[in-house]
Amino acid sequence: MMIDPLSVFLLLLGASTPILFAALGELVVERAGVLNLGVEGMMITGALAGFGAAYSTGNPFLGFLVAACAGAAISMLFAALTQVFLANQVASGLALTLFGLGLAAMLGKPFEGVRAPAMPAGPLRINWIVWLGLVMVPLVWWFLNRTRSGLILRAVGENHEAAHALGYNIRLTRLAAIAFGGAMAGVGGAFISIATVLQWTEGMTAGAGWIALAIVVFSNWTAPGVLAGAWLFGGVTVLQLRLQAAGVAVPVQLLSMAPYLATIIVLVAISARQKFSRRAGTGAPGSLGTNFHALR
Amino acid sequence: MAEPTVFRAEGIGKSYPGVRANDDVSFAVRPGEIHALLGENGAGKSTLVKMIYGLVRPDEGRMFLLDAPHAPHDPRAARAAGVAMVFQHFSLFDALTVAENIALGMENPPPRRELAARITQVSHDFGLPLNPARRIVTLSAGERQRVEIIRCLLQNPRLLIMDEPTSVLTPQEAELLFATLRKLAEAGTAILYISHKLEEIRAHCDRATILRHGRVVESCDPRAHSARDLAAMMVGGQMRQIDRSGRQAGEVLLEVRGLSMPAPDAEGTALKDIALTLRAGEILGIGGVAGNGQEELLAALSGEVASRPGTVTLVAADLSAKGPEPRRVAGLLAAPEDRLGHAAVPDFSLIENTLLTAGARKGLVRRGLIDHAAARDYALAVIRDFDVRTPGPHVAARALSGGNLQKFVIGREVMQSPRVLVVNQPTWGVDAGAAAAVRQSLLDLARRGAGVIVISQDLDELLELSDRFCALNEGRLSPPVPTEGLTLDRIGLMLGGAHGMEEARI
Repeated sequence: MMIDPLSVFLLLLGASTPILFAALGELVVERAGVLNLGVEGMMITGALAGFGAAYSTGNPFLGFLVAACAGAAISMLFAALTQVFLANQVASGLALTLFGLGLAAMLGKPFEGVRAPAMPAGPLRINWIVWLGLVMVPLVWWFLNRTRSGLILRAVGENHEAAHALGYNIRLTRLAAIAFGGAMAGVGGAFISIATVLQWTEGMTAGAGWIALAIVVFSNWTAPGVLAGAWLFGGVTVLQLRLQAAGVAVPVQLLSMAPYLATIIVLVAISARQKFSRRAGTGAPGSLGTNFHALR
Repeated sequence: MAEPTVFRAEGIGKSYPGVRANDDVSFAVRPGEIHALLGENGAGKSTLVKMIYGLVRPDEGRMFLLDAPHAPHDPRAARAAGVAMVFQHFSLFDALTVAENIALGMENPPPRRELAARITQVSHDFGLPLNPARRIVTLSAGERQRVEIIRCLLQNPRLLIMDEPTSVLTPQEAELLFATLRKLAEAGTAILYISHKLEEIRAHCDRATILRHGRVVESCDPRAHSARDLAAMMVGGQMRQIDRSGRQAGEVLLEVRGLSMPAPDAEGTALKDIALTLRAGEILGIGGVAGNGQEELLAALSGEVASRPGTVTLVAADLSAKGPEPRRVAGLLAAPEDRLGHAAVPDFSLIENTLLTAGARKGLVRRGLIDHAAARDYALAVIRDFDVRTPGPHVAARALSGGNLQKFVIGREVMQSPRVLVVNQPTWGVDAGAAAAVRQSLLDLARRGAGVIVISQDLDELLELSDRFCALNEGRLSPPVPTEGLTLDRIGLMLGGAHGMEEARI
């Protein structure tokens, strides 16, 4: 069996990039106290918009920019529902996923069967967007833990009543976080269509958005944790592809299941650890998933 | 006006749908003054200070801070103008550190290291030692309050608002808080102090403005009036005298021996070797600062948590392993602290809520089917006998005011004629009239031969009700002492004293 560690690592970087982007975005959203289950819908929107723009203009980087805008735009639908009309976040997020998948399938028909323009390789022959994702990890960490805006965002997510009492604008903070999450999910989705598969197919994100959501829990709501989770998932994905290619006598379906199975096992292990250890709580933001309405 | 004022309100009014929260409120706070704002729950104190702090906008009237018009559109504007506020329910962020919490309460916080140094400095100066790197979850209630106070002090406020700050403090900690406030006042800060602890206000405040139904009914020097007079002004009538007569201790009903239990979660308290005996006709008071094991003790007695065999015995029957329902059938009833969510289901009607605890003892459930007529009759009986103000028994629990729901919750248990009733914080957040009614019903229950355990943080209430007093401190229960002749000072020491606070040094 020929599995060269370096090439596996390079493949791992590529396989983990879409979920890394989506999970980093969702991390910021959840730290602001919002649970947006629409990651999958925002990713597929980004995948289509990015592919469409890259194909039409011939410029893949423009494609990623458009994908970010499209992801942010569709996330505003969720933001309007939950932050303005105070709709239930879980239901709104699920609606966003279904809406995004359907909309992309419908609008994507003209782009079926065409190829994305080639991307110039970045330093060390690694894709520029992969580099961008790696840079975003410390950047998000720094923003959350070292800047005043990050502190306010965490305060809003931790206890929105208290943040409101101190005079911070809950709605504006959360709108900004949701838009950032949408943009990041959009870029993550576009990476699949523009840089990995190089074409558009319906439903091509294949559950990556759900994995991203799981990875945010896995990370215990920290940026380095998100990177670890994305790499773990990317690693298992690459490994199972390699094993398939090497003709290991295990049913393909079982191998394809492996990354998802690994995610479930890790999540169970984490919650078990939290249940049995006496240390203070989880890293989950205190106001996660609850709406806020101020009486004036 | 010749006299200088730090803050002045003129004709402030505020309405919410169906409620006139404030009506033509005028008062003034002078420099160096500790000014008390007194009133029952719902009298409009909180709405008033929220307007001063910019959280709520007044409908009419004007406010002045240092003779300049004061109309903050948000708390940050109020802070910039020199108003600081310590909230009744802590406005702290559990997962964040002390320094981060304080930075959030400041307009232009210095860099992290400098801020940490200033926190250490100021907290030391005021005798409120704090470690800026600690996370809030790891702090006690008293320490959390220090964080709130330091957050205010770092802004050098001209007007400091404190909303019921001593409800979570031991008497000694409260004394030290007042020493700090007095020093601040001498330095020229005006302090607006909200409380309904009358003795505390009489001892420490220079002036008192008394609110009733949103209006100012009196402005006086609290030291010139008795606590009884002040209470009468708050309520607008004479207080009911509590009748303690006609009780005598009988046989032992409840016996707890060697009750130990690990903490239920990271924020909980472990119970350590609790022992107590309760006789018929007796009221045992258990005092303590919040978070010292009160909820855990109630859960162990009510049966929410089972304990080792032989630890909880009701008249020779070992109930240690039994859940709440068998304990109710045996006659051991409990009313937990949290009315909405623990003692009653908020969205259930009062009829449905009676079924939750009175189903078996009152025969409201037969062969698994609800006897709706009987449940309705029982709910009506509780409403009638306990003077619960509600349109009817079909109303959802959450629609009742705190005092009325508390009367209902206590009444639901008392009217089942328990052998032993355990209550936690029976009058927390309840207006004075309802509190007196609840206390009298507990005394009447004991007179009829039941044993009652009252767990409370209101020491005056415990002194008023109980025959013997135990202190609950970090999950340990002190041996009981007779309440007769017990002073607040002595109780304070039993509750663990000042928990490491020091006298202010400036």
